[in-house]
Amino acid sequence: MFRQVAHRILTRSTTTYSAGAAATIRRPYSTEVVADASSGDSAFVEAWKKVAPNIDPPKTPIQYMEPRPPTPSTLPSKLTVNFVLPYSAELSKAEVDMVIVPATTGQMGILPGHVPTIAELKPGLLSVHEGNDVKKYFISSGFAFVHSNSYADILAVEAIPLDRIDQAQVQKGLSEFTQKLNSASTDLDKAEAQIGVDVHSALNSALTG
Amino acid sequence: MAMAALRKEGRRFAPLVSSPNPINAIRSTLAPTEEQVGLGVRSISTQVVRNRMKSVRNIQKITKAMKMVAASKLRAIQVRAENSRGLWQPFTALLGDTPSVNVKKNVIVTISSDKGLCGGINSTSVKISRALHKINSGPDTQCKYVVLGEKGKAQLIRDSKKDIELIMTELQKNFLNYTQVSVLADDILKNVEFDALRIVFNKFQSVVSFLPTTATVLSPEIVERESEAGGKIGDLDSYEIEGGETKSEVLQNLAEFQFSCVMFNAVLENACSEQGARMSAMDSSSRNAGDMLDRLTLTYNRTRQASITTELIEIISGASALEG
Repeated sequence: MFRQVAHRILTRSTTTYSAGAAATIRRPYSTEVVADASSGDSAFVEAWKKVAPNIDPPKTPIQYMEPRPPTPSTLPSKLTVNFVLPYSAELSKAEVDMVIVPATTGQMGILPGHVPTIAELKPGLLSVHEGNDVKKYFISSGFAFVHSNSYADILAVEAIPLDRIDQAQVQKGLSEFTQKLNSASTDLDKAEAQIGVDVHSALNSALTG
Repeated sequence: MAMAALRKEGRRFAPLVSSPNPINAIRSTLAPTEEQVGLGVRSISTQVVRNRMKSVRNIQKITKAMKMVAASKLRAIQVRAENSRGLWQPFTALLGDTPSVNVKKNVIVTISSDKGLCGGINSTSVKISRALHKINSGPDTQCKYVVLGEKGKAQLIRDSKKDIELIMTELQKNFLNYTQVSVLADDILKNVEFDALRIVFNKFQSVVSFLPTTATVLSPEIVERESEAGGKIGDLDSYEIEGGETKSEVLQNLAEFQFSCVMFNAVLENACSEQGARMSAMDSSSRNAGDMLDRLTLTYNRTRQASITTELIEIISGASALEG
């Protein structure tokens, strides 16, 4: 009886802690675990049971995701965008009209019904158009996937809203890296300086253009 | 007669002291106390019990403090782990999840903690890695390990030493961030040949529940092979490739980016699970110490009262001997 009481105290204290911390902010993906707990790759589970029948098979990532909707027959009116960074999910299932991403081949506009694409991104300006709102971010490189069901996934390593960038610092960085590029000796130094120059000039054009 | 009563009292204490379930740290002090109590030496037996109580009380304080520390670390890292969960989902949406893929060169990346006292999560990860190794090693396939973390290394090095390619420890010495993990991923990609990478980690579901998970990242050649064969990645061909010179270059970058993203999430989730498991392990340890302390207090009081009683008996029998 003592142990039951103690166990209840433990669960009560831990649930109040986690409920208090997590319930205050509604974070995207924070409750995505066990969306689809039962199914899994059946071939994998079979192979597992043959080798290790006493241990439960590990879960795989597809069991933690909500399945994506299939391709609709008519053209959807809005594009659903997931814009994710390692540190946060900026946009999660946001319905927008258009997104312009800085692909390596140039600025690419994505509208609902866009052809399925895998695009590699270079440092540049990303703008999200929703009605009359335009949100602009400067992103470092990443990838953008457009699926046939008008879902767009944009992954970037860093993204900063434009109003947080300091013009003076950008100019200073640009001149510094141009100098390094001119005085670089080894290939590695040259590559690093070139990357610096590219990023800073992209920043510059994003701020001015 | 007094000595017989004393000896009876002494023998009664021996089973009482040995009955509580000892936590491992106390076990070493158990053996000497039994003999001393059995002989029924008066003042020293209260001293012995008092020493034990002091050490158990210290252990209780230490484990309670460790639980508080783990709770605060968990709060900090849980936010970051949950924010990083969006990172791997686009890859699974694009490429699907293929844990049963059949390839020649498998590499199992086991993520474990550096510090101990965190319950059974490291053993679970190692068990799962070993079972995956068994599934994937056959006559024409090979399976290697890359181990992250001291505890996993200690367990795997015992029987799979020749299969371990790379060991990395002290990941959490500096604050975990994406740059560090991408450098790590780069190291692994450069030094290890692979067709499929299987990352084994504990996903954090709640403070008391951790789900062992395995995420699979395929090399670009295998992605092409699977997409041609149809099945889960079948419609990869329908995607237009923008950027880069050739499709294979973009797929190569994609595979590397996928690996670093999935690793980042896996490392954060495992760190979260480690702190949560440590919290519950330390909590049960301090509760156990509390129980033990209660039992020792009872023993102590009984010993003390028994010694007072025997003194009284001696005095009274001495006095009655003088009178009578």
